[in-house]
Amino acid sequence: MSVTVRTFTSTGEAAAVLSSDRSARYLGGGTLVMRALNEGDISISTIVRASDHALTRIDATGSRIIIGAGVTFARILAERDLGFLHAAARSIGGPAVRNMGTVGGNLFASIPYGDFTVALLALDAVVSVQGGLGSRDMPIEEFLQTRERQTGTLVLSVSFQKPASADAFRYRKIARIKPKGGAVITLAAHLPVSSGRIAGARIALGSMAPTQIRARAAERALEGRTLDAATISAATAAAVEGIAPADNALASGWYRREVVGVHLRRLLSGQE
Amino acid sequence: MAKTALQFQHNGRDVAIFVDGGTNLLVALRELIGDMTPKFGCGQGGCGACSILIDGELHLSCLTLAETVAGRSVETLDGIKEGPNLHPLQRAFADNFAAQCGYCTPGMLMAAKALLDRNPQPSRAAVVEAISGNICRCTGYEPIINAVLAAASGGRARA
Repeated sequence: MSVTVRTFTSTGEAAAVLSSDRSARYLGGGTLVMRALNEGDISISTIVRASDHALTRIDATGSRIIIGAGVTFARILAERDLGFLHAAARSIGGPAVRNMGTVGGNLFASIPYGDFTVALLALDAVVSVQGGLGSRDMPIEEFLQTRERQTGTLVLSVSFQKPASADAFRYRKIARIKPKGGAVITLAAHLPVSSGRIAGARIALGSMAPTQIRARAAERALEGRTLDAATISAATAAAVEGIAPADNALASGWYRREVVGVHLRRLLSGQE
Repeated sequence: MAKTALQFQHNGRDVAIFVDGGTNLLVALRELIGDMTPKFGCGQGGCGACSILIDGELHLSCLTLAETVAGRSVETLDGIKEGPNLHPLQRAFADNFAAQCGYCTPGMLMAAKALLDRNPQPSRAAVVEAISGNICRCTGYEPIINAVLAAASGGRARA
C-alpha cells in the first residue's frame, strides 16, 4: 500500500485538500497517522502536511495563550511561561513521543490517549480550525463532540485564558505504568476564585467517555463555594453523575466509576 | 505509484534514496539503506525499539514519515561507535550486563545518548525518565539504569 504525500506551504491549500478528499489525513507528529498506516489502515490514501510556521508558534506572553497545533509536548515543557501545563505535557509518552506528538494531534487521540486535551477542556480552550471555505473558532467541547467529522478540517491552534494562579489549575493522570502509560483516568480542574469563592469551575475527565468530557455535576457542587472539606466532599460525591465509562484493557468501567471520586478528592485537596 | 527522491545525512554520511509514499523511516533505514540497528517492535510508538536521533532529538523511526527527514541529520546506533572503539555507553552496557536478548538495546542506547548529550551528569530519576519510552522484557531495567549512570560518570561505579 502506498499513499500520496502532499506538502503545502500554506495552511489554506492543505485545508482545501483535507476538506475535499475523504481519504486525506493531516500528518502532525506522526504518532497517530503513521501508527494507523503501520497497522494497515487502508482508509488513508493521502497524507497532507503544511510547513506554515504559524503552526509551530507559541504566544504565551499575554493573558491569552495561543499554541500552534504543530507545537510538540517537548516544546511545551521547554516553555517557562507554560509551567502550569508541564504536568500534563510530561504525562504523555516517553521523551521520543513528546518530541514528536503535537497539541493539535492530541485533540484527535482516542482513549486511552488524549491527556493534554483533558487539560485544554478544563481551560475552556478555543480551537481554531480551517476548512475548505475558511477558518473559524470553535469551543473545544463542540470540537470534541464533532471530532469524527473534524478529520476534514485543519486545526491551526488552540487558545485559552491563562489561569490566574498556579493553584487555580490542577492536573492528575492515573496510569498503571509510571512514568508513562495509557490513562486509567485523566483529571484536570480549573478553579478560578473570585472574592474567596469559586466562580466558573471546570472539571474535565479523560477515559470516562468516548471523548474527553466535563464533570458537570461536580462543577455545580463547587460553584460559588469556598474550596473547603464539605465542598470537596460534595464535588467528589457528584463526580460520576451522568457518566458511564467503558471497559478497556487498562481498567473496567466499574473500576473507573469507583475511583474517579477518590482521585477528584485528591486533585481538589491538592494531595500528591 | 511514483517514488519520491529523498536525501538526508545518515550517521554523518549523505545518502540518497527513493521511497514509496507513506514509507516510514524505520523501513527506509533497514530496507533501503541496510542499517539494521533500529529494530521494529510495535509500530505504534509503545516500545522504543526503533529509537533514533533526528537533528540530535530522540524520535521513533517507525512513526516518522521518511520524507520528513529530507536534508536533516539522522543518527542511529550504527553511527555511535568511535572508530574501532565502542561508545562509552556501549562499553558501560556490556560491563553492567545491561543487554540480555539485545532487542531493546539499540533503542535504549539512543535514548541514553539523547539524555547524556543534553545532560552529561544525570540523576537516577532523569535516567529512568529518559528511557521511559523504551520497553525491556529481560533485564528489569536496573542494569540499564546503572549502565547509563556508569557511562555518565566515566565508567566509575556510582552509588
